[in-house]
Amino acid sequence: MSEPIQGSLRPAVTERDHTLGPAGAPITLVEYGDYQCPHCFRAHPIVKSIQKQLGDQLRFVFRNFPLAEVHPEAMHAAEAAESVAANAGEKAYWSMHDSIYKHQQDSWDALDDQHLVRYAVSAGADPKQVQRDLSEETFTARVRTEFLGGVRSGVNGTPTFFINGQRYEGDWSQVPVFVAALRNV
Amino acid sequence: MNQAAGHETSSILRAGDRAPDFTLHTTPDQQVSLADFAGKTVILAFYPADWSPVCGDQMALYNEIRPEFRKHHAELLGISVDGAWCHAAFADARKLHFPLLADFEPKGAVARAYGAYRHQEGHSERTLFVIDGSGIIRWSYLSPVGVNPGADGILQALEDMAAESPEKSA
Repeated sequence: MSEPIQGSLRPAVTERDHTLGPAGAPITLVEYGDYQCPHCFRAHPIVKSIQKQLGDQLRFVFRNFPLAEVHPEAMHAAEAAESVAANAGEKAYWSMHDSIYKHQQDSWDALDDQHLVRYAVSAGADPKQVQRDLSEETFTARVRTEFLGGVRSGVNGTPTFFINGQRYEGDWSQVPVFVAALRNV
Repeated sequence: MNQAAGHETSSILRAGDRAPDFTLHTTPDQQVSLADFAGKTVILAFYPADWSPVCGDQMALYNEIRPEFRKHHAELLGISVDGAWCHAAFADARKLHFPLLADFEPKGAVARAYGAYRHQEGHSERTLFVIDGSGIIRWSYLSPVGVNPGADGILQALEDMAAESPEKSA
């Protein structure tokens, strides 16, 4: 990749990341997202649809980019998702991820700790462990590290997408446009 | 992100130039001067206007990165032509924890001094300056006005400065 630093993914995708799809897939889509961001809420079903269309051609990676001052519940949502991954595995993580976005707009308190724990239980995680991880800030540093990795990759808001390490500047809100860009790498 | 990535139309002040001093209101009854920060690194972020859309907002992003700026002993100052009351409402709504300077009267005078004023539109360019403790600009960047430049360039500039004078770094 000979692009300038701006718009290049700095921390490469590793086994620490949460990924969906084959590791050897020709296309890797990385999303930097915030669980309380309404634009990410809109992007969630779009990514699902893209995954369905591209199948094994695509590996999807989600990284946390919570803007915690404007979205006060985004940090705990991200930490709860990490807790679910650590204590119930990757499958549970993705179930948690989907639940958070699915419910984001349900009510004013849809992302408070009580609701987050409820989603974690549905995903198959131990509620006590999730609560403990939230109160002990077990995953705060990991989320912050992801956030800063995003900053150094030029992420300036959410959602920001990278296709095979290059920032996607096009329109993500139209599935056909996004799919065409992904197929074009 | 580097200087070459910015467009060259506005002739903003560059690395090596002395940063023009200023005294501006941050709140209706408080003023700050660049000279108040002598001995400290200052990040001066000109932006066109308060109240741009939330999730892609440049000031909201910098607000989250204050701990990293602090590690480099750098003070962040936002600056636009909006008045102090407007800034107060904006900072309150977005929970911004750093000063916003009102380049309001005479309008855009500081932006002009830094070569960062858009005369036709009547607001500043989206421009970043990193100024060292002796008042010398060490890095500047002009972003297309509609593009949030993010923070990578600022952090890189702060790291480069720390590498040049390691005894001052955290």
